[in-house]
Amino acid sequence: MEAMLNAENITFRYDDESDRYALNGVSMNIKKGEFVAVLGANGCGKSTLAKHFNAILLPEKGTVTVEGMDTANDDYLYDIRQKVGMVFQNPDNQIVATVVEEDVAFALENLGVPSDEIRSRIDQSMEMAGIYKYREKAPHKLSGGQKQRVAIAGVIAMNPDCLILDEATAMLDPIGRDKVMHTIHTLNKKYGITVAAITHYMEEAAQADRVVVMSHGKIVMEGTPKEVFSQTERVRSLNLDVPQAAELRDELVKAGLDLPEGIIDTEECAQALYALLTEGSNAQ
Amino acid sequence: MLRDITIGQHFPGTSRIHTYDPRAKIIMTILFIVLLFAASNPLGLVLNFILLGLLYRMARIPFKLIVKSLKPIVPIIIFTSVLNLFFITGEGDPLVHFWFISIYAEGIRYAILMACRVVALIAGTSLLTYTTSPIVLTDAIEQLLRPLAVLHVPVHELAMMMTIALRFIPTLIEETDKIMNAQKARGAMLDNGSLKERVTALVPVLIPLFISAFRRADELAMAMECRCYRGGSGRTRLKVLRFTKRDLETTVICLLCFAVVFSTRFLFPGF
Repeated sequence: MEAMLNAENITFRYDDESDRYALNGVSMNIKKGEFVAVLGANGCGKSTLAKHFNAILLPEKGTVTVEGMDTANDDYLYDIRQKVGMVFQNPDNQIVATVVEEDVAFALENLGVPSDEIRSRIDQSMEMAGIYKYREKAPHKLSGGQKQRVAIAGVIAMNPDCLILDEATAMLDPIGRDKVMHTIHTLNKKYGITVAAITHYMEEAAQADRVVVMSHGKIVMEGTPKEVFSQTERVRSLNLDVPQAAELRDELVKAGLDLPEGIIDTEECAQALYALLTEGSNAQ
Repeated sequence: MLRDITIGQHFPGTSRIHTYDPRAKIIMTILFIVLLFAASNPLGLVLNFILLGLLYRMARIPFKLIVKSLKPIVPIIIFTSVLNLFFITGEGDPLVHFWFISIYAEGIRYAILMACRVVALIAGTSLLTYTTSPIVLTDAIEQLLRPLAVLHVPVHELAMMMTIALRFIPTLIEETDKIMNAQKARGAMLDNGSLKERVTALVPVLIPLFISAFRRADELAMAMECRCYRGGSGRTRLKVLRFTKRDLETTVICLLCFAVVFSTRFLFPGF
Protein backbone atom coordinates (compact mmCIF):
# COMPACT_ATOMS: atom_id res chain seq x y z
CA MET A 1 0.00 0.00 0.00
CA GLU A 2 1.04 3.56 -0.69
CA ALA A 3 2.52 5.59 2.13
CA MET A 4 0.36 8.43 3.44
CA LEU A 5 2.79 9.93 5.90
CA ASN A 6 6.46 9.24 6.13
CA ALA A 7 9.04 10.52 8.59
CA GLU A 8 12.70 9.75 7.89
CA ASN A 9 14.97 9.88 10.91
CA ILE A 10 13.76 13.30 12.10
CA THR A 11 15.12 15.33 14.99
CA PHE A 12 13.61 18.45 16.49
CA ARG A 13 14.21 20.71 19.49
CA TYR A 14 12.19 23.68 20.65
CA ASP A 15 15.22 25.63 21.86
CA ASP A 16 18.18 25.86 19.49
CA GLU A 17 20.63 26.30 22.33
CA SER A 18 19.53 23.45 24.55
CA ASP A 19 20.61 19.90 23.86
CA ARG A 20 17.22 18.49 24.86
CA TYR A 21 15.68 17.05 21.74
CA ALA A 22 11.88 16.66 21.65
CA LEU A 23 12.33 14.25 18.77
CA ASN A 24 15.53 12.30 18.49
CA GLY A 25 15.72 10.24 15.32
CA VAL A 26 12.14 9.21 14.68
CA SER A 27 11.25 7.21 11.59
CA MET A 28 7.66 6.34 10.98
CA ASN A 29 5.51 5.29 8.09
CA ILE A 30 1.74 5.44 7.97
CA LYS A 31 -0.01 3.74 5.07
CA LYS A 32 -3.17 4.90 3.33
CA GLY A 33 -6.32 3.83 5.14
CA GLU A 34 -4.49 2.75 8.28
CA PHE A 35 -5.56 3.55 11.86
CA VAL A 36 -2.47 4.16 13.95
CA ALA A 37 -2.46 5.00 17.65
CA VAL A 38 0.52 6.82 19.11
CA LEU A 39 1.09 6.33 22.84
CA GLY A 40 3.59 7.71 25.26
CA ALA A 41 3.95 9.38 28.65
CA ASN A 42 3.71 13.17 28.94
CA GLY A 43 6.56 15.00 27.21
CA CYS A 44 7.67 12.03 25.13
CA GLY A 45 7.36 14.03 21.90
CA LYS A 46 4.18 12.57 20.46
CA SER A 47 2.41 15.92 19.98
CA THR A 48 5.61 17.34 18.50
CA LEU A 49 5.66 14.48 16.01
CA ALA A 50 2.02 15.11 15.09
CA LYS A 51 2.75 18.77 14.35
CA HIS A 52 5.44 17.69 11.87
CA PHE A 53 2.91 15.90 9.72
CA ASN A 54 1.16 19.03 8.52
CA ALA A 55 4.10 21.39 8.46
CA ILE A 56 3.24 23.30 11.64
CA LEU A 57 6.76 22.36 12.72
CA LEU A 58 9.67 21.52 10.44
CA PRO A 59 12.35 18.97 11.41
CA GLU A 60 15.87 20.11 12.17
CA LYS A 61 17.30 17.03 10.48
CA GLY A 62 15.58 14.38 8.40
CA THR A 63 12.56 14.73 6.14
CA VAL A 64 8.80 14.42 6.50
CA THR A 65 6.72 13.68 3.44
CA VAL A 66 2.96 13.66 2.96
CA GLU A 67 1.95 11.60 -0.08
CA GLY A 68 5.43 12.23 -1.42
CA MET A 69 5.36 16.01 -0.78
CA ASP A 70 8.17 17.31 1.39
CA THR A 71 6.83 19.44 4.27
CA ALA A 72 9.93 21.66 4.08
CA ASN A 73 8.91 22.81 0.61
CA ASP A 74 6.85 26.00 0.93
CA ASP A 75 5.06 25.45 -2.39
CA TYR A 76 3.28 22.41 -0.98
CA LEU A 77 2.32 24.04 2.34
CA TYR A 78 -1.41 24.48 1.73
CA ASP A 79 -1.71 21.24 -0.24
CA ILE A 80 -0.26 19.43 2.75
CA ARG A 81 -2.50 21.19 5.25
CA GLN A 82 -5.51 20.36 3.12
CA LYS A 83 -4.50 16.69 2.87
CA VAL A 84 -3.72 16.30 6.56
CA GLY A 85 -6.40 17.59 8.89
CA MET A 86 -5.62 18.08 12.54
CA VAL A 87 -7.91 18.02 15.56
CA PHE A 88 -6.62 19.27 18.90
CA GLN A 89 -7.38 18.57 22.52
CA ASN A 90 -9.47 21.55 23.56
CA PRO A 91 -12.55 21.91 21.35
CA ASP A 92 -13.13 25.49 22.53
CA ASN A 93 -9.81 26.67 21.16
CA GLN A 94 -10.27 25.48 17.61
CA ILE A 95 -13.71 26.83 16.82
CA VAL A 96 -13.49 30.21 15.11
CA ALA A 97 -17.02 31.25 14.22
CA THR A 98 -20.13 31.97 16.28
CA VAL A 99 -22.38 29.55 14.36
CA VAL A 100 -21.62 25.85 13.84
CA GLU A 101 -22.04 25.83 10.06
CA GLU A 102 -19.96 29.00 9.66
CA ASP A 103 -17.17 27.31 11.54
CA VAL A 104 -17.34 24.14 9.45
CA ALA A 105 -17.10 26.37 6.38
CA PHE A 106 -14.03 28.23 7.68
CA ALA A 107 -11.41 26.04 5.98
CA LEU A 108 -13.27 26.04 2.67
CA GLU A 109 -13.60 29.82 2.80
CA ASN A 110 -9.85 30.02 3.30
CA LEU A 111 -9.26 27.73 0.33
CA GLY A 112 -11.38 30.01 -1.88
CA VAL A 113 -14.08 27.43 -2.69
CA PRO A 114 -17.16 28.98 -4.41
CA SER A 115 -20.05 29.50 -1.99
CA ASP A 116 -22.56 27.02 -3.45
CA GLU A 117 -19.91 24.30 -3.37
CA ILE A 118 -19.10 25.24 0.25
CA ARG A 119 -22.78 24.71 1.10
CA SER A 120 -22.90 21.17 -0.31
CA ARG A 121 -19.52 20.16 1.13
CA ILE A 122 -20.22 21.37 4.65
CA ASP A 123 -23.66 19.73 4.64
CA GLN A 124 -21.95 16.47 3.73
CA SER A 125 -19.21 16.77 6.33
CA MET A 126 -21.69 17.74 9.06
CA GLU A 127 -23.68 14.61 8.18
CA MET A 128 -20.50 12.53 8.34
CA ALA A 129 -19.65 13.89 11.79
CA GLY A 130 -23.26 13.54 12.96
CA ILE A 131 -23.81 17.20 13.86
CA TYR A 132 -26.09 18.27 11.02
CA LYS A 133 -28.95 18.96 13.40
CA TYR A 134 -26.88 21.45 15.39
CA ARG A 135 -25.76 23.45 12.31
CA GLU A 136 -27.46 26.70 13.32
CA LYS A 137 -26.51 26.62 17.00
CA ALA A 138 -23.85 28.65 18.73
CA PRO A 139 -20.79 26.50 19.55
CA HIS A 140 -20.76 27.49 23.23
CA LYS A 141 -24.20 25.97 23.69
CA LEU A 142 -22.97 22.50 22.69
CA SER A 143 -21.43 19.80 24.90
CA GLY A 144 -17.72 18.97 24.72
CA GLY A 145 -18.24 15.91 22.54
CA GLN A 146 -20.49 17.82 20.17
CA LYS A 147 -17.98 20.66 19.95
CA GLN A 148 -15.20 18.21 19.16
CA ARG A 149 -17.31 16.74 16.37
CA VAL A 150 -17.83 20.27 15.04
CA ALA A 151 -14.04 20.59 14.94
CA ILE A 152 -13.81 17.23 13.13
CA ALA A 153 -16.47 18.31 10.62
CA GLY A 154 -14.55 21.54 10.02
CA VAL A 155 -11.46 19.51 9.19
CA ILE A 156 -13.08 16.82 7.04
CA ALA A 157 -14.84 19.50 4.97
CA MET A 158 -11.42 20.02 3.36
CA ASN A 159 -11.62 16.41 2.03
CA PRO A 160 -8.41 15.39 3.76
CA ASP A 161 -6.83 11.99 3.16
CA CYS A 162 -5.56 11.81 6.70
CA LEU A 163 -6.81 12.89 10.10
CA ILE A 164 -4.45 13.52 13.00
CA LEU A 165 -6.01 13.59 16.44
CA ASP A 166 -3.86 15.20 19.08
CA GLU A 167 -5.48 13.80 22.23
CA ALA A 168 -8.82 14.79 20.74
CA THR A 169 -10.82 12.91 23.38
CA ALA A 170 -8.79 13.88 26.46
CA MET A 171 -11.15 16.61 27.68
CA LEU A 172 -14.40 14.78 27.00
CA ASP A 173 -16.74 12.85 29.27
CA PRO A 174 -17.11 9.10 28.57
CA ILE A 175 -20.26 9.52 26.46
CA GLY A 176 -18.74 12.31 24.37
CA ARG A 177 -15.57 10.27 23.96
CA ASP A 178 -17.51 7.23 22.70
CA LYS A 179 -19.39 9.35 20.18
CA VAL A 180 -16.20 10.99 18.90
CA MET A 181 -14.36 7.65 18.62
CA HIS A 182 -17.37 6.17 16.83
CA THR A 183 -17.30 9.05 14.33
CA ILE A 184 -13.58 8.60 13.77
CA HIS A 185 -13.90 4.85 13.22
CA THR A 186 -16.70 5.45 10.70
CA LEU A 187 -14.52 7.94 8.83
CA ASN A 188 -11.70 5.42 8.78
CA LYS A 189 -13.71 2.33 7.79
CA LYS A 190 -16.38 3.82 5.56
CA TYR A 191 -14.56 6.70 3.90
CA GLY A 192 -11.04 5.29 3.96
CA ILE A 193 -9.53 8.28 5.78
CA THR A 194 -6.16 7.48 7.32
CA VAL A 195 -6.14 8.17 11.07
CA ALA A 196 -3.23 8.85 13.38
CA ALA A 197 -4.56 9.18 16.92
CA ILE A 198 -2.42 10.38 19.77
CA THR A 199 -4.05 9.22 22.94
CA HIS A 200 -3.78 8.47 26.63
CA TYR A 201 -6.61 5.96 26.61
CA MET A 202 -5.46 2.39 26.15
CA GLU A 203 -8.96 1.25 25.26
CA GLU A 204 -8.85 3.59 22.30
CA ALA A 205 -5.40 2.41 21.26
CA ALA A 206 -6.53 -1.23 21.49
CA GLN A 207 -9.00 -0.57 18.66
CA ALA A 208 -6.30 0.68 16.28
CA ASP A 209 -4.67 -1.30 13.45
CA ARG A 210 -1.23 -0.49 14.76
CA VAL A 211 0.20 0.98 17.96
CA VAL A 212 3.36 3.06 18.19
CA VAL A 213 4.82 3.77 21.63
CA MET A 214 7.17 6.71 22.12
CA SER A 215 9.50 7.58 24.94
CA HIS A 216 12.01 10.42 25.25
CA GLY A 217 11.71 11.47 21.61
CA LYS A 218 12.13 7.98 20.20
CA ILE A 219 9.90 5.17 19.04
CA VAL A 220 10.39 2.30 21.46
CA MET A 221 7.66 -0.19 20.60
CA GLU A 222 5.61 -0.80 17.49
CA GLY A 223 3.16 -3.44 16.35
CA THR A 224 -0.44 -4.56 16.46
CA PRO A 225 -2.27 -3.76 19.71
CA LYS A 226 -2.02 -7.45 20.66
CA GLU A 227 1.75 -7.54 20.14
CA VAL A 228 2.30 -4.35 22.12
CA PHE A 229 -0.11 -4.82 25.01
CA SER A 230 0.77 -8.43 25.67
CA GLN A 231 4.15 -7.14 26.84
CA THR A 232 2.50 -5.70 29.95
CA GLU A 233 5.73 -5.29 31.97
CA ARG A 234 7.50 -3.40 29.21
CA VAL A 235 4.51 -1.10 28.62
CA ARG A 236 4.30 -0.36 32.35
CA SER A 237 8.01 0.43 32.54
CA LEU A 238 7.31 3.26 30.05
CA ASN A 239 4.86 4.81 32.54
CA LEU A 240 1.86 3.71 30.55
CA ASP A 241 -1.18 1.70 31.50
CA VAL A 242 -2.30 -1.39 29.68
CA PRO A 243 -5.95 -2.03 28.83
CA GLN A 244 -7.84 -3.39 31.84
CA ALA A 245 -8.47 -6.73 30.09
CA ALA A 246 -4.73 -7.25 29.50
CA GLU A 247 -4.02 -6.33 33.10
CA LEU A 248 -6.58 -8.81 34.40
CA ARG A 249 -5.22 -11.56 32.19
CA ASP A 250 -1.73 -10.81 33.43
CA GLU A 251 -2.70 -10.99 37.10
CA LEU A 252 -4.59 -14.24 36.54
CA VAL A 253 -1.61 -15.81 34.79
CA LYS A 254 0.59 -14.71 37.70
CA ALA A 255 -1.87 -16.37 40.05
CA GLY A 256 -1.33 -19.62 38.17
CA LEU A 257 -4.29 -19.72 35.80
CA ASP A 258 -3.83 -20.73 32.23
CA LEU A 259 -5.06 -18.00 29.87
CA PRO A 260 -4.10 -17.53 26.23
CA GLU A 261 -1.77 -14.69 25.20
CA GLY A 262 -2.80 -11.46 23.50
CA ILE A 263 -6.04 -10.68 25.32
CA ILE A 264 -6.60 -6.95 25.12
CA ASP A 265 -10.29 -6.21 24.93
CA THR A 266 -13.10 -6.89 27.38
CA GLU A 267 -15.06 -9.18 25.07
CA GLU A 268 -12.07 -11.45 24.42
CA CYS A 269 -11.24 -11.54 28.09
CA ALA A 270 -14.80 -12.46 29.04
CA GLN A 271 -14.81 -15.28 26.53
CA ALA A 272 -11.47 -16.64 27.72
CA LEU A 273 -12.69 -16.54 31.33
CA TYR A 274 -15.93 -18.24 30.35
CA ALA A 275 -13.98 -20.97 28.54
CA LEU A 276 -11.73 -21.38 31.58
CA LEU A 277 -14.64 -21.59 34.01
CA THR A 278 -16.70 -24.06 31.96
CA GLU A 279 -13.56 -26.16 31.45
CA GLY A 280 -12.98 -26.08 35.22
CA SER A 281 -16.52 -27.20 36.05
CA ASN A 282 -16.36 -29.94 33.40
CA ALA A 283 -13.16 -31.29 34.95
CA GLN A 284 -14.76 -31.47 38.38
CA MET B 1 -24.17 36.48 37.97
CA LEU B 2 -21.85 36.84 34.97
CA ARG B 3 -24.12 34.73 32.85
CA ASP B 4 -26.64 37.56 32.67
CA ILE B 5 -24.31 39.74 30.68
CA THR B 6 -25.16 39.70 27.01
CA ILE B 7 -23.36 41.85 24.52
CA GLY B 8 -24.83 42.61 21.15
CA GLN B 9 -28.17 41.05 22.03
CA HIS B 10 -29.83 39.54 19.03
CA PHE B 11 -33.47 38.51 18.73
CA PRO B 12 -33.91 36.26 15.73
CA GLY B 13 -36.97 36.84 13.59
CA THR B 14 -38.25 36.82 10.05
CA SER B 15 -39.70 40.33 9.72
CA ARG B 16 -38.79 42.67 6.90
CA ILE B 17 -36.44 44.44 9.29
CA HIS B 18 -34.69 41.22 10.28
CA THR B 19 -34.08 40.12 6.71
CA TYR B 20 -33.13 43.59 5.47
CA ASP B 21 -29.65 43.69 3.94
CA PRO B 22 -27.32 44.44 6.91
CA ARG B 23 -25.18 46.84 4.90
CA ALA B 24 -28.19 48.96 4.03
CA LYS B 25 -29.43 48.61 7.61
CA ILE B 26 -26.20 50.09 8.96
CA ILE B 27 -26.35 52.99 6.50
CA MET B 28 -30.00 53.65 7.36
CA THR B 29 -29.15 53.65 11.07
CA ILE B 30 -26.44 56.23 10.45
CA LEU B 31 -28.87 58.34 8.40
CA PHE B 32 -31.39 58.08 11.20
CA ILE B 33 -28.83 59.43 13.68
CA VAL B 34 -28.06 62.32 11.31
CA LEU B 35 -31.77 62.96 10.95
CA LEU B 36 -32.22 63.12 14.72
CA PHE B 37 -29.83 66.03 14.85
CA ALA B 38 -30.83 67.65 11.57
CA ALA B 39 -34.54 67.66 12.34
CA SER B 40 -34.36 68.66 15.96
CA ASN B 41 -37.62 70.62 16.05
CA PRO B 42 -40.27 69.12 18.37
CA LEU B 43 -42.49 68.03 15.51
CA GLY B 44 -39.57 66.25 13.82
CA LEU B 45 -38.74 64.43 17.05
CA VAL B 46 -42.34 63.35 17.55
CA LEU B 47 -42.42 61.98 14.01
CA ASN B 48 -39.10 60.21 14.65
CA PHE B 49 -40.60 58.55 17.72
CA ILE B 50 -43.63 57.44 15.74
CA LEU B 51 -41.34 56.03 13.06
CA LEU B 52 -39.31 54.15 15.69
CA GLY B 53 -42.47 52.78 17.26
CA LEU B 54 -43.63 51.47 13.89
CA LEU B 55 -40.25 49.86 13.19
CA TYR B 56 -40.18 48.14 16.61
CA ARG B 57 -43.74 46.99 16.01
CA MET B 58 -42.75 45.53 12.62
CA ALA B 59 -39.73 43.75 14.09
CA ARG B 60 -41.96 42.45 16.93
CA ILE B 61 -39.50 43.47 19.61
CA PRO B 62 -41.20 43.82 22.98
CA PHE B 63 -41.43 47.29 24.46
CA LYS B 64 -39.90 46.00 27.71
CA LEU B 65 -36.57 45.52 25.95
CA ILE B 66 -36.32 49.13 24.89
CA VAL B 67 -36.82 50.21 28.48
CA LYS B 68 -34.19 47.70 29.56
CA SER B 69 -31.67 48.95 27.02
CA LEU B 70 -32.29 52.53 28.12
CA LYS B 71 -31.75 51.88 31.82
CA PRO B 72 -27.93 52.02 31.81
CA ILE B 73 -27.90 55.39 30.05
CA VAL B 74 -30.34 57.16 32.35
CA PRO B 75 -27.45 58.93 34.15
CA ILE B 76 -26.12 60.19 30.83
CA ILE B 77 -29.54 61.50 29.85
CA ILE B 78 -29.93 63.28 33.17
CA PHE B 79 -26.44 64.71 32.97
CA THR B 80 -26.85 66.13 29.45
CA SER B 81 -30.30 67.51 30.27
CA VAL B 82 -29.09 69.20 33.44
CA LEU B 83 -26.16 70.75 31.60
CA ASN B 84 -28.53 72.10 28.96
CA LEU B 85 -30.85 73.35 31.62
CA PHE B 86 -28.17 75.44 33.31
CA PHE B 87 -26.06 76.63 30.44
CA ILE B 88 -28.54 77.62 27.77
CA THR B 89 -29.27 81.31 28.04
CA GLY B 90 -32.36 82.55 26.29
CA GLU B 91 -33.78 85.98 25.64
CA GLY B 92 -35.79 87.86 28.21
CA ASP B 93 -35.74 87.31 31.96
CA PRO B 94 -34.76 84.00 33.47
CA LEU B 95 -37.52 81.93 35.03
CA VAL B 96 -35.49 81.19 38.12
CA HIS B 97 -32.53 83.13 39.34
CA PHE B 98 -30.56 81.82 42.30
CA TRP B 99 -26.97 82.77 43.09
CA PHE B 100 -25.05 81.95 39.89
CA ILE B 101 -27.72 79.62 38.47
CA SER B 102 -30.29 81.01 36.13
CA ILE B 103 -32.77 78.88 34.26
CA TYR B 104 -34.43 80.18 31.13
CA ALA B 105 -37.50 78.88 29.34
CA GLU B 106 -35.21 78.17 26.42
CA GLY B 107 -33.04 75.96 28.64
CA ILE B 108 -35.97 73.80 29.71
CA ARG B 109 -37.02 73.39 26.11
CA TYR B 110 -33.51 72.32 25.08
CA ALA B 111 -33.12 69.96 28.01
CA ILE B 112 -36.31 68.09 27.12
CA LEU B 113 -35.40 67.97 23.44
CA MET B 114 -31.91 66.68 24.22
CA ALA B 115 -33.24 63.92 26.48
CA CYS B 116 -35.71 62.84 23.78
CA ARG B 117 -32.98 62.87 21.18
CA VAL B 118 -30.66 60.64 23.23
CA VAL B 119 -33.50 58.20 23.93
CA ALA B 120 -34.35 58.01 20.22
CA LEU B 121 -30.67 57.58 19.41
CA ILE B 122 -30.25 54.59 21.72
CA ALA B 123 -33.55 53.01 20.71
CA GLY B 124 -32.67 53.42 17.03
CA THR B 125 -29.22 51.91 17.23
CA SER B 126 -30.45 49.10 19.51
CA LEU B 127 -32.89 48.13 16.78
CA LEU B 128 -29.90 47.40 14.55
CA THR B 129 -28.27 45.02 17.03
CA TYR B 130 -31.59 43.47 18.06
CA THR B 131 -32.47 42.47 14.51
CA THR B 132 -29.05 41.55 13.11
CA SER B 133 -26.91 38.61 14.22
CA PRO B 134 -23.37 39.64 15.23
CA ILE B 135 -21.76 37.53 12.53
CA VAL B 136 -23.86 39.13 9.78
CA LEU B 137 -23.13 42.53 11.26
CA THR B 138 -19.38 41.88 11.14
CA ASP B 139 -19.70 40.73 7.56
CA ALA B 140 -21.57 43.89 6.62
CA ILE B 141 -19.04 46.11 8.37
CA GLU B 142 -16.24 44.32 6.52
CA GLN B 143 -17.92 44.95 3.19
CA LEU B 144 -18.79 48.56 3.94
CA LEU B 145 -15.22 49.31 5.00
CA ARG B 146 -13.68 47.45 2.07
CA PRO B 147 -12.89 50.65 0.10
CA LEU B 148 -10.55 51.60 2.97
CA ALA B 149 -8.35 48.60 2.13
CA VAL B 150 -6.92 50.77 -0.65
CA LEU B 151 -5.53 52.99 2.11
CA HIS B 152 -3.93 49.89 3.70
CA VAL B 153 -6.49 49.69 6.49
CA PRO B 154 -6.50 45.99 7.52
CA VAL B 155 -10.27 45.61 7.01
CA HIS B 156 -10.37 41.81 6.86
CA GLU B 157 -8.18 41.48 9.94
CA LEU B 158 -10.41 43.87 11.90
CA ALA B 159 -13.50 41.89 10.93
CA MET B 160 -11.80 38.62 11.88
CA MET B 161 -10.82 40.10 15.25
CA MET B 162 -14.43 41.11 15.87
CA THR B 163 -15.70 37.63 14.95
CA ILE B 164 -13.22 35.92 17.26
CA ALA B 165 -13.96 38.36 20.07
CA LEU B 166 -17.69 37.66 19.75
CA ARG B 167 -17.02 33.92 19.61
CA PHE B 168 -14.96 33.99 22.81
CA ILE B 169 -17.09 36.28 24.97
CA PRO B 170 -19.28 33.43 26.28
CA THR B 171 -16.26 31.12 26.69
CA LEU B 172 -14.34 33.69 28.69
CA ILE B 173 -17.37 34.60 30.80
CA GLU B 174 -17.74 30.95 31.72
CA GLU B 175 -14.06 30.78 32.54
CA THR B 176 -14.22 33.92 34.70
CA ASP B 177 -17.05 32.31 36.63
CA LYS B 178 -14.93 29.22 37.20
CA ILE B 179 -11.87 31.19 38.29
CA MET B 180 -13.96 33.32 40.67
CA ASN B 181 -15.37 30.18 42.24
CA ALA B 182 -11.90 28.67 42.52
CA GLN B 183 -10.59 31.80 44.23
CA LYS B 184 -13.61 31.94 46.53
CA ALA B 185 -12.94 28.33 47.48
CA ARG B 186 -9.49 29.49 48.60
CA GLY B 187 -10.99 32.22 50.73
CA ALA B 188 -10.95 35.18 48.37
CA MET B 189 -13.53 37.85 49.34
CA LEU B 190 -14.92 39.08 46.06
CA ASP B 191 -18.31 40.38 47.13
CA ASN B 192 -17.63 42.46 50.20
CA GLY B 193 -15.27 45.09 51.53
CA SER B 194 -14.64 48.62 50.39
CA LEU B 195 -14.37 49.56 46.74
CA LYS B 196 -10.59 49.48 46.90
CA GLU B 197 -10.58 46.05 48.53
CA ARG B 198 -12.94 44.72 45.92
CA VAL B 199 -10.81 46.03 43.07
CA THR B 200 -7.66 44.49 44.50
CA ALA B 201 -9.54 41.23 45.08
CA LEU B 202 -10.15 41.07 41.34
CA VAL B 203 -6.44 40.90 40.52
CA PRO B 204 -6.17 37.15 41.31
CA VAL B 205 -9.14 36.61 38.98
CA LEU B 206 -7.84 38.69 36.11
CA ILE B 207 -4.29 37.32 36.00
CA PRO B 208 -5.29 33.68 35.39
CA LEU B 209 -7.93 34.86 32.96
CA PHE B 210 -5.37 36.77 30.90
CA ILE B 211 -2.87 33.93 30.94
CA SER B 212 -5.48 31.48 29.79
CA ALA B 213 -6.63 33.90 27.09
CA PHE B 214 -3.08 34.04 25.75
CA ARG B 215 -2.86 30.25 25.75
CA ARG B 216 -6.18 30.02 23.94
CA ALA B 217 -4.98 32.56 21.38
CA ASP B 218 -1.91 30.46 20.72
CA GLU B 219 -3.90 27.28 20.21
CA LEU B 220 -6.56 28.98 18.13
CA ALA B 221 -3.92 30.48 15.85
CA MET B 222 -2.46 27.01 15.31
CA ALA B 223 -5.87 25.48 14.62
CA MET B 224 -6.55 28.28 12.12
CA GLU B 225 -3.23 27.62 10.38
CA CYS B 226 -4.13 23.94 10.19
CA ARG B 227 -7.26 24.92 8.36
CA CYS B 228 -5.27 26.83 5.75
CA TYR B 229 -5.99 30.35 7.05
CA ARG B 230 -3.78 32.86 5.26
CA GLY B 231 -5.45 36.24 5.60
CA GLY B 232 -8.24 37.86 3.64
CA SER B 233 -7.02 37.62 0.05
CA GLY B 234 -8.61 34.87 -2.04
CA ARG B 235 -11.18 34.04 0.62
CA THR B 236 -14.72 33.18 -0.31
CA ARG B 237 -17.78 33.25 1.95
CA LEU B 238 -20.41 30.68 2.79
CA LYS B 239 -23.12 33.30 2.85
CA VAL B 240 -22.90 36.02 0.24
CA LEU B 241 -24.85 39.18 0.96
CA ARG B 242 -27.26 40.04 -1.85
CA PHE B 243 -29.16 43.26 -2.21
CA THR B 244 -32.60 42.07 -3.33
CA LYS B 245 -35.62 43.88 -4.73
CA ARG B 246 -37.26 43.64 -1.32
CA ASP B 247 -34.23 45.41 0.19
CA LEU B 248 -34.58 48.15 -2.40
CA GLU B 249 -38.24 48.61 -1.46
CA THR B 250 -37.34 48.86 2.22
CA THR B 251 -34.62 51.39 1.45
CA VAL B 252 -36.98 53.57 -0.60
CA ILE B 253 -39.64 53.46 2.13
CA CYS B 254 -37.07 54.39 4.78
CA LEU B 255 -35.67 57.26 2.73
CA LEU B 256 -39.17 58.62 2.05
CA CYS B 257 -40.01 58.55 5.77
CA PHE B 258 -36.74 60.30 6.58
CA ALA B 259 -37.45 62.92 3.91
CA VAL B 260 -40.93 63.60 5.34
CA VAL B 261 -39.49 64.03 8.84
CA PHE B 262 -36.73 66.28 7.57
CA SER B 263 -39.06 68.47 5.49
CA THR B 264 -41.25 69.30 8.51
CA ARG B 265 -38.45 71.53 9.67
CA PHE B 266 -39.00 73.81 6.69
CA LEU B 267 -42.71 73.29 6.19
CA PHE B 268 -43.67 74.01 9.79
CA PRO B 269 -40.80 76.09 11.17
CA GLY B 270 -42.89 77.17 14.14
CA PHE B 271 -43.24 73.69 15.63
